[in-house]
Amino acid sequence: MTDRDDLPESPREDPDARRLGRAAFLGVVGAGVTTLFYGKAISGVTSRVTHPLSDATGLTRLIPSSGWRIYTVADSMPTFDPATWRLRIDGLVDRPTEVTYADLLTLPKAEQVSTFHCVTGWVVDNVRWGGVRFHDLLARAGPLPAAGALHFVSAEKPYDDYLDLRQVALRDVMLAYEMDGKPLPREHGAPARIVIPEMYGYKNVKWVERIALVPKTGAGYWEQRGYDADAWVGRSNGYG
Amino acid sequence: MASAAAARPPYVERFTLTERLLHWVHASAFFVLLASGLLLYLPSLSTAVGRRPLVKDVHFWTGISWAGAILLVAALGNRRALAQTVREIDRFDRDDQRFLSGHTSAPQGRFNAGQKLNAILTAAFALLFFVSGLLLWYGERDTRFRLDGTVFLHDALMYVSIVVVIGHLYLSLVHPSTRHALRGMTLGTVRADWAHAHHAKWKPQRNTSAPPTP
Repeated sequence: MTDRDDLPESPREDPDARRLGRAAFLGVVGAGVTTLFYGKAISGVTSRVTHPLSDATGLTRLIPSSGWRIYTVADSMPTFDPATWRLRIDGLVDRPTEVTYADLLTLPKAEQVSTFHCVTGWVVDNVRWGGVRFHDLLARAGPLPAAGALHFVSAEKPYDDYLDLRQVALRDVMLAYEMDGKPLPREHGAPARIVIPEMYGYKNVKWVERIALVPKTGAGYWEQRGYDADAWVGRSNGYG
Repeated sequence: MASAAAARPPYVERFTLTERLLHWVHASAFFVLLASGLLLYLPSLSTAVGRRPLVKDVHFWTGISWAGAILLVAALGNRRALAQTVREIDRFDRDDQRFLSGHTSAPQGRFNAGQKLNAILTAAFALLFFVSGLLLWYGERDTRFRLDGTVFLHDALMYVSIVVVIGHLYLSLVHPSTRHALRGMTLGTVRADWAHAHHAKWKPQRNTSAPPTP
């Protein structure tokens, strides 16, 4: 490629022309880089403004203004059929059990409002969950004394994760089948997901189809990729 | 240019091949990134389409190829023309300031002040998109690089970009008095009388009847 002389002529050298372009460029880049460090504070303010707006205009379903983003690891989301769905509870238990969807709804129901934190930084405030506490769920199968942890297997292969028995005994941990007053939507893990608000979202396994009682926790899907096993909000994964 | 009015060539060169290549590499990558990004971002689309690992790969590798292609064109293309373009975009004179404050009749150079702003914003956003995108990707692998506002920045850039691009498409495809500019970005040349009317302070040197080289 050769150099050419017939370039468009430069504009007249106006004595009052100021080199504002470079300043504007650096200003925008600087502002952007700043939000990398303060983005959460700013998005807290903007979502307070946009959330009521998009709720009112019905954009909530379209734009993740309410904060939810849907992360999946498989090619398609599991589908839920209430007639055939079973939750298997096995491993170190007295009675390996299969819970149907109808069974699940007959167990003592717990409700709570809690905040959901994703490890990537987004937060959803005041999510209303309905579901079953693990004490009531596990009573069906009768954990053996050797059991120290739960292995959650998702219908979304190959997603899985672990919580130990003390963690699932925290007072706001549940297997949730309702969200904001409605049956858990497909993208949120229908029909049942783990909710542990104290930990980042990746520990809140969606589409749970099997709970195995095991001696101790192991490395789940994200732990195998370098994430912390004890994903306490604000005190893990480089936070805090 | 004494008898300029009579001898004015019908077309004058506005953009070299290098500038046009940069524009179209950037434009096509933008739309692929926007489409794949929205599939990852919007819950209704993620649910309908699925295949997140594949869409993530498409988004990531399009971003990498886009950055590589931009650098390649800039390195191998007509750097002198690019330097001149950057120089013109950098400078805002009094007429530019009048243009921006609503006096669009203020005489303009090869780029009007709005086009300069668009170019500056596009360049700054490109850099920020790339940095925040790399941080999103790398932060998934090393939590020390997962910053508080990466997701927010990447999303905010997307929202503002959509607004800017809609304005850009309107001016280049629809608005009667400006849409002739599209010819400059495709064929490289524009009508001399149009250039004179819209970019009075730009003095294109001569007609390029032969296709411009890079």
